[in-house]
Amino acid sequence: MASRDDIKFLSNPKIGQKRKKYCRFRRYGIKHIDYKDPDFLLQFVNEQGKILPRRITGNSLKYQRKVATAIKRARHLALLPYVTDLLK
Amino acid sequence: MKSYEITFIVDPVLSGDEIKATAQTYVDQLKEVGATIVHVDEMGLRQLAYPINKRSSGVYYTVEFTIEDGTPIDKLELSLRRDERIMRFLTVRLDKYGVKYNEDKRKGLIGKVKKKSKKGSQDKDRRDRNDRNDRGDRGGKSGGNNRNRSESKPKPKTESKAATATAEEEE
Repeated sequence: MASRDDIKFLSNPKIGQKRKKYCRFRRYGIKHIDYKDPDFLLQFVNEQGKILPRRITGNSLKYQRKVATAIKRARHLALLPYVTDLLK
Repeated sequence: MKSYEITFIVDPVLSGDEIKATAQTYVDQLKEVGATIVHVDEMGLRQLAYPINKRSSGVYYTVEFTIEDGTPIDKLELSLRRDERIMRFLTVRLDKYGVKYNEDKRKGLIGKVKKKSKKGSQDKDRRDRNDRNDRGDRGGKSGGNNRNRSESKPKPKTESKAATATAEEEE
């Protein structure tokens, strides 16, 4: 047992562990996504201002759609850019 | 009765009074066609994310209203489109969640709540994970006979110890 105990300290246990993604809107009961809140929408956009895919954000399909429309509305109102670099 | 929300950007070159007058004309126009104004939100001068008509900033207004019949909105949009003082506008139909969200926002719940839930959620997450690991910890200690799991179990043990230690330090 002792040897096994030693071995377990040699490797980083976090390596190879995956954190389960989840939809924050479902988990925290956020029902409405405001297009006038660019700071919030910035979380769903990459550095170039592109909408991040679901496989990265972990949103459910329903809320990913809402996020996408909210971002597009924000872009129309010049709250978010259509194209940039170094947004974050 | 349907709820709508019109957001528009007024040219910042105009004087303060003119900007207010512009916004007021549209509010009045809505009242004339029988809409009940729920709220007029002046978001103030903001930097635009990209230039519109060679302007880099604009004054944002949001008008929330309810109306029985949506057809007068077409007219309103036409006048918004013709108005040179208006740089952009967007009309959105609000669902029940949107109405509730705006109410909460006016009460001052949303800004805080959202940020709190954002930050709080992350904190919670950390706590949750620690809790879970603690539980796994105890299980590993007390149940010495679960050899099959012992391969995977001891690993999170160390991690949780480190995590709890850091958490305690932080606290």
